[in-house]
Amino acid sequence: MANYFHIVVCASVVPDPLQTLEPVTGAVPTLKNEMMLPAVLDPWAASALYEAANLAAKHAGSKLWLVSLAPKAKLQQVMMTVAQKVPFELVAIDGPIGGFTDAHATAAALAEAISAIPGLEREHLLLFGGWESASRASGVTLQVLGEKLGIHDQFQGVDQITVADDGSFEILERIEGGRHQLSVCAGGPAVLGWATGNLPEPRNNPQVGMANMRGIMPALQKAKAVKLDANGLSYLSASLPKQQRQTRVVKDVPEEEIAREIAAWIAE
Amino acid sequence: MSDEPIAVPRQEMAVDIACVGFGPAMGGFLTTLSRALAEAPAESAAMPGMPLQVLCYERADDLAAGVSGVVTRAQAIRASFPEIAGSEVPMLTPVRQEKVLYLLDPIGASRRSAMLRIGDAAIRPLSSHYAFELPYTPEFLNKHGGLVMSIGQFNQWVANELMTAGVAQLWPSSPVSEALFDGNAVVGVRLAEQGVDRQGNPEGAYMPGMDVRAQLTVIGDGPVGAVGQSIDRKLGMPAGHARKEWAVGMKMVVELPEDTPLEAGTVWHTFGFPEPEIFGFLYVHPERLASVGIFVPSWMPNPGRSAYRYLQHFMQHPYLWRYLQGSTMRSWGAKSLQESGMTGEPFLAGDGYARIGEGSGSTNMLTGSGVDEAWATGVMLGESAVELLRAGKPFTRENLEATYLRRRRASSVEREGQVAKHARNGFHSGLVSGLIGMALAGYSNGKLSLGAKIPPAHRQIESLESYYSRRLRPDQFARARAEAASGRRTLHDALMDACGWPAIDFDGKLLVSHQDALLMGGKVQAAPGFADHVVFRDGSLCERCAERTCIAMCSGQAISEGDDHRPAFDREKCVHCGACLWNCAHSADGLNSNIEFRAGAGGLHSAEN
Repeated sequence: MANYFHIVVCASVVPDPLQTLEPVTGAVPTLKNEMMLPAVLDPWAASALYEAANLAAKHAGSKLWLVSLAPKAKLQQVMMTVAQKVPFELVAIDGPIGGFTDAHATAAALAEAISAIPGLEREHLLLFGGWESASRASGVTLQVLGEKLGIHDQFQGVDQITVADDGSFEILERIEGGRHQLSVCAGGPAVLGWATGNLPEPRNNPQVGMANMRGIMPALQKAKAVKLDANGLSYLSASLPKQQRQTRVVKDVPEEEIAREIAAWIAE
Repeated sequence: MSDEPIAVPRQEMAVDIACVGFGPAMGGFLTTLSRALAEAPAESAAMPGMPLQVLCYERADDLAAGVSGVVTRAQAIRASFPEIAGSEVPMLTPVRQEKVLYLLDPIGASRRSAMLRIGDAAIRPLSSHYAFELPYTPEFLNKHGGLVMSIGQFNQWVANELMTAGVAQLWPSSPVSEALFDGNAVVGVRLAEQGVDRQGNPEGAYMPGMDVRAQLTVIGDGPVGAVGQSIDRKLGMPAGHARKEWAVGMKMVVELPEDTPLEAGTVWHTFGFPEPEIFGFLYVHPERLASVGIFVPSWMPNPGRSAYRYLQHFMQHPYLWRYLQGSTMRSWGAKSLQESGMTGEPFLAGDGYARIGEGSGSTNMLTGSGVDEAWATGVMLGESAVELLRAGKPFTRENLEATYLRRRRASSVEREGQVAKHARNGFHSGLVSGLIGMALAGYSNGKLSLGAKIPPAHRQIESLESYYSRRLRPDQFARARAEAASGRRTLHDALMDACGWPAIDFDGKLLVSHQDALLMGGKVQAAPGFADHVVFRDGSLCERCAERTCIAMCSGQAISEGDDHRPAFDREKCVHCGACLWNCAHSADGLNSNIEFRAGAGGLHSAEN
């Protein structure tokens, strides 16, 4: 079997986690001024993208697509940062902002877009994404997408993939109890929901950015508009995760003492 | 895996127009250029067969980050966007009411001259909540018919418009370290090195900064931008021009209490408190949001000037506190302002380059306005670039002077800048003479002004002993210094306490520690792999420094006491305000302070500033 991959990374766009978020309740909750909040590629999916680029670079003939569903303007904004990181081809889907969408409807739109990628070879297909999401999604989109595409080899919480000479690959997958499970897959297609992986965020490379941008602008221009069906989904309420902050600046305090103090504070 | 750096060749790329810094000036330039090129596209000379290649590099991690809120007359902005007042830009609203307030000192800790104290006593019966409302706003200061805006939100909106047009590429997270020269011609820019340690030494993932070569380099990187500085170093400043006057603007965006009576579009300008030299403001945005902040100028001689501490006292002034109490901080930030105006104007154009925005000396310190002027300079360069492109003329000094410089000299930015040129001279002799000087210049259209010999910014800072000898007894001064030496308090906090400034009673919402403001309001972040962009030139000068002004004035507490009595810089707390550049009382060469401010990544992530 030829040792190359067609890797499709699914990544959503989420508000920059450093922003002040303000849920607005309604039939479908939203975030106040979400279109004007700086956005980033979902950090979990970003890990998947960097792993995919690394894998593609190691295996000649591999191709990498980034499939993303978000408002075109938001996608364009995020691509200005992401495009500088690694080479990819964008498949843009012009959809609503926000994570308060039905995972089945999102997966259906993604499945349709992926099925329409010209030249995608199913037997070499690796479908990448984050195993979790920083958006308000239910965290099952990738699994549902895999099912819709008829891919039944699915791995979640992946930290590492190692490819053998025969094209099979070994996957290190997080399981309960802080342990890893090692699986061997004969080949594509497979779904890999990435945890953090092992790679650092790549440096910005303006030449990669320029090269990507030649494909990104046309991809954005021909992005198909989709309307996601709520499928009867309704929300009772939306709120931010509760947090409690207490800051104290200390100097010359031993680490053990700081650790003791934090533990006591948590126990309160 | 080895961490040894591997030899990586420096990449090079050719474009047509390379732009540095995405602020209001660059917004004006790219909007003008985009509109013209959308109507009649131009072909790239750098990439024949392709459309004109226009790239803009921005240091901040997002096009909405690293900027500030504003009230502006918005004449130039409205000329570009006639419908902006009714647009979808969040936090934007027309100015509805405006007033100027002289704030008395309700605490008694402010450093006021005898003359000012007499004046305060006379005004006191006419004041309300320790503030005297001027009967009218001077014509030269008023913003009637203008807009209250968040520049973060405005920038993002402009960026969206530009990206949709598709003419220019905007690249955030891309600090630019310097201009590239061929003789005295600017031939492009060099991006900052990545994959280096704090000292700039290559590490495992080293990537040399790319050289981006361009026929025209547009510099809009603000008053402390690295590219603007590199051009000034190489080409110098026009005769008689220098950047000696600065201020740091620090502010919070707050959510006012639900029952606030303050209307959107309310604008207050203040002066007199917390120190006579400190001007302040409160602008009310829609949806109960308000920008509240202060300007701490270089001509305030206090070596222990701490903008953050002063901001907290300012917000608690009785006139403001009755509206701000119960508010919640949503955002916080700071930036340096180039207050020299036209006397700080560099060479605006030369072979292969042009300068726009605040770094080009467009800020008007009489009208207290800079954003609209910056936008106007960008528009003027945009029109000039289009004119030269259409005529097939190169971007030479001669051609840029015949187009851009001609437009600048004939513009209202120039006309009003000339009026303001010496308007602030009086402040170097005190508040009263400063106000008289402003009034003279403002009401005489610049024909009259007070004279002043203005020293470089580092010499405007008084020595610690000299300044506090007029405020504190020797034993109080010694006690404050001993407390600072023990590490319990910073020197500036200890001295402010000794001067009678009360401790801040943190409420966890609006009155929070400096560190909390940094994390909750500024949302500061710095990507790894870049060198320290704040560099202390001569460590031995720092060791001998008693003033520690860089620590007091550091907006993000990124500069703190380090080992061997040398300040330590923490890149991850830096908000890139650039205040350290002019808040150092020492100089090795007599011209520049002992602190260098270079290109760096990261900074504020707040989009509401």
